[in-house]
Amino acid sequence: MTAPTAPPLVDLFERGLDAPICLTWELTYACNLACAHCLSSSGRRDPRELSTAEAKAVIDELEAMQVFYVNIGGGEPTVRADFWELLDYATAHHVGVKFSTNGVRITPDAAARLASNDYVDVQISLDGATADVNDAVRGAGSYATALRALENLAAAGMRNFKISVVCTRHNIPQLDDFKALADRFGAQLRLTRLRPSGRGADVWDELHPTAAQQRELYDWLLAHGENVLTGDSFFHLSAYGEALPGLNLCGAGRVVCLIDPVGDVYACPFAIHDEFLAGNVREADGFSGVWRDSELFRRLRTPQHGGACASCAFYDTCKGGCMAAKFFTGLPLDGPDPECVQGYGEQLLARRGDGTRVPKPSGDHSRRSRTTVDLVLTRREAVEQRARPPVSDCAEHPLAGLDLTPTGKDTAHA
Amino acid sequence: MTTTDSATIVMDLDRAWDLHPQVSVRPEPFGALLYHFGTRKLSFLKDRRLLAVVQALAYAPTARAACLAAGLGDNELPRYGRALAVLVQSSMVVGRTP
Repeated sequence: MTAPTAPPLVDLFERGLDAPICLTWELTYACNLACAHCLSSSGRRDPRELSTAEAKAVIDELEAMQVFYVNIGGGEPTVRADFWELLDYATAHHVGVKFSTNGVRITPDAAARLASNDYVDVQISLDGATADVNDAVRGAGSYATALRALENLAAAGMRNFKISVVCTRHNIPQLDDFKALADRFGAQLRLTRLRPSGRGADVWDELHPTAAQQRELYDWLLAHGENVLTGDSFFHLSAYGEALPGLNLCGAGRVVCLIDPVGDVYACPFAIHDEFLAGNVREADGFSGVWRDSELFRRLRTPQHGGACASCAFYDTCKGGCMAAKFFTGLPLDGPDPECVQGYGEQLLARRGDGTRVPKPSGDHSRRSRTTVDLVLTRREAVEQRARPPVSDCAEHPLAGLDLTPTGKDTAHA
Repeated sequence: MTTTDSATIVMDLDRAWDLHPQVSVRPEPFGALLYHFGTRKLSFLKDRRLLAVVQALAYAPTARAACLAAGLGDNELPRYGRALAVLVQSSMVVGRTP
């Protein structure tokens, strides 16, 4: 279609769009769970949370900007009293909604309501194909809650809802089981990357897939192709050879961003830190003003250089990987991803001295631990579990589930 | 991402077509973004003229007429026809009864 000299779409996207393609909106930091790897360190509601009217004003802006849909998460978004009201408001205003939930409020009635709305998609978070693997990370009973939600959605006739899995060292051996589970409910499987963000930073070392498991995951993804969604989550694995489906681009501040429960706008859902804070939707020019004019976003939209990675033969495919993963593991942003498949990230991680300061998330809404002395004898895992900060449900990549189909001369490449 | 061999698809340029009613179009400097709320697929139009063709479909008696209305020359019809065929295959564009 275009002249042979026209730049590839990815290059255009690197300079940013007038409006995000889609964005993530964490509606609340409140959560009934306390997942060990919660990227938003959720648990307690923030008293400064956007009101219903303020949330509707954001939706009005998204409609005007023609943002096709939002990925709603949290916290657990369905615990907001106005969740269903906001859902209906968004879809009535041509903003589609895809929301992530641990399933706690997906009753048969709620499932029927969701199944009747073409502009809504649901993602049930599940981080183990069995209760033991899931509940170790997401908390006791969370597997049963998720399965009940899946049953309710399937019974209501909802099709192609998602089972959303954060890949860990413990569930990589269950990939086939997850697929079978999704098939059983007429659902689609989504696999996303564990990021060292929020409370995820505290458990990343022990939970992130080993190098051998990364290879296993890559091969599995190639074998299952477009039937399994990844939200472009694993583009750093493309350096194994063949590119995985998707844009293979860090979209932070260029095609995606995050709005947090108090209206703060961050470059991406994995980067809740002052370093990546672009502004707040409560400012005079609202969300669109932040998207358009924030200095941070302008900077992210300028050409990025490979830094230490520039001379690597695979830089074109992995682009140095995930900015947030580097930041929260204390690695330089212009160097390799901590999970670089060439092993450069691991070398850097190993060389970090004890003096390396790993940045902490700016906000922590984890529930405070109990102050009473607990004299009940518990198993070792239970003690470790409690020592971890509180949890939530939100491993969400903003491009999650997008099937990116470029149309034009070069249909095979975005 | 759908890897479609567009060369193998034949587009009937002599009938009426339209965007699927569940498709939203967002013009962009490079062309446009298309989002289908039914299939939840996103597509890119890499060319403003293809956008003009797509937008003309609803009012033109045939796809050929839409192309000509968008200012395309006869020699460009095969290429644009293939692009439309890809959109048909992903249900972004559907047949219309005039």
